Amino acid sequence: MSLPARVTTLIVAFIAVVAIGSFVVLHYLLGGPAVEDYASGVTPNTGATVHVVMQEDPQNTVSAKPDWVSYFIQNPQTKAWVHTTLFKVPAGSKVDMTIYGFDGCTPLRNPVFGQVTGTVGDVEYVNGKPYHEIDSWQGCNIGHTFSIPGINLNVPMATPGLIQSVKPGLCGTSPCQPGDPKASPYRVMTFSFMTPHATGVYFWQCRVPCGGGFVTGFGGPMQTIGFMTGNMTVVS
Amino acid sequence: MAAETEAPAPPAASEQGPNHGLRIFIPWLVLSVVADAAIWVVWGPHLPPGAMSSSAASQQFDIKVMAVMAAPVMLFVLIYFGYALIVWRHREGDDEDGPPLHGNTRIQATWITLTSVIVLSLFVFGTYELVTPQGAGAGEGASPIWKPGGAPLQVQVIAQQWRFTYRYPQYGGFETTDLVLPVGQFVEFHVTSVDVIHSFWAYQLGVKADANPGVDNVAYTKINNSGKITIRCAELCGLWHGAMFDYGTAMPASGFQTWANGAETHLAAVTKMLPPYALTYDPTVVAQMSKAMVAGGFTGGAGLYYPPTDPEQP
Repeated sequence: MSLPARVTTLIVAFIAVVAIGSFVVLHYLLGGPAVEDYASGVTPNTGATVHVVMQEDPQNTVSAKPDWVSYFIQNPQTKAWVHTTLFKVPAGSKVDMTIYGFDGCTPLRNPVFGQVTGTVGDVEYVNGKPYHEIDSWQGCNIGHTFSIPGINLNVPMATPGLIQSVKPGLCGTSPCQPGDPKASPYRVMTFSFMTPHATGVYFWQCRVPCGGGFVTGFGGPMQTIGFMTGNMTVVS
Repeated sequence: MAAETEAPAPPAASEQGPNHGLRIFIPWLVLSVVADAAIWVVWGPHLPPGAMSSSAASQQFDIKVMAVMAAPVMLFVLIYFGYALIVWRHREGDDEDGPPLHGNTRIQATWITLTSVIVLSLFVFGTYELVTPQGAGAGEGASPIWKPGGAPLQVQVIAQQWRFTYRYPQYGGFETTDLVLPVGQFVEFHVTSVDVIHSFWAYQLGVKADANPGVDNVAYTKINNSGKITIRCAELCGLWHGAMFDYGTAMPASGFQTWANGAETHLAAVTKMLPPYALTYDPTVVAQMSKAMVAGGFTGGAGLYYPPTDPEQP
């Protein structure tokens, strides 16, 4: 091989390695779901209120895993639904949470997590009606939970009442659109909780084994940020 | 004159030489006594995992014993090494070969005997410590080889991704995320899991027991002192394994009674939702759960959440 050919080969190989490395860093390490910022413009540690809006869907048709159940978070400015489970809230503040529950039911593996804890008054409101606990073994009534173990928050998510076998009756295109319960049945869960004064990252998760197709339902979306688990970042 | 000056020393003095053994033994003995005393008296009380429970105190004692036995061995190696470097180092102008070595039966026998005694005594000591009345602190399986007398407080530890919950069968079977224990009483932990493999590690109690689904793993300990207990999962169990930690409390018996009675009352509505207390919670044998799954349309898995054809691989 001539000298120019060898130099050219070396340069091409070098560029290829740099390109692959950059792609891995940008796509896999630095990439990921967006972070919805509910802390912007709010003074922390003043007890100010922020309103976080989410929804849980039977599927995620905007992702590469369309059959995975998924949460979505509403962008506070544009009100658009975003495929993410990461959000940011101010420290020492009150979070008013609204979660639209579009998915069908799955019984909790441990029914103790049917109890509402960590919210203001240890209560959640399902379509306006207060609940301190929901027994997921007494009917088709819980689809998921919204739980932040770091602040002992646990809120069961009620379902529209459709059982798993008639799941096609549920919303079929993500993100689902609240508005017409007949076209796309859902429940509205509202509750409030106080964010800690300490800043930090608090992971949140669903406690229902909703990873269909995985060992006892605890794989797939249950283990993947952007679907059924994520982070609440408390900032000041 | 010159020839007389360079004459070698008298043969008797040269052959006798210094007593190397004694020069090594004396500093070794002094340093070993000092080190062992320091380990036992000064460092020992601060060795992990402390003395909050009988298991923890026992483990601390074991570590102290092993440290006290190890220190003289380590000191001997270091002192011998240092002595050899200084006394038997190569000197300028000395190009002679060293004396031929043909073995030393006495030294070899002493070394083999001593190390055998140390290892075998540690083996006997360790075996005994596993079954002493304070319990080893580890999970002993469903049929423990040692049980405390009396009526220990039963606490069921239920692991799930990614939190431990605790059930108190002697108080109506309530379940809570708070681990509270009384001082002065034996505790009988029943550790299990409802999903994947976890491990219940209560650091200050010296208790670590695997939490396997469908398995009742029993561990005993007696609480000696009040305080905060750090609880961690010690088995890689998924995405948030690193965040699966919590804190428990050991408090005087009277305070515990007040807490337990209050929790039993406060959690009565939640307790009604729970399955009857059992040592494990297999969905195929918990009737309520099977019924709920059928109601939810999960009929293909013979009581399991998903059909036998699952799982699919991601």
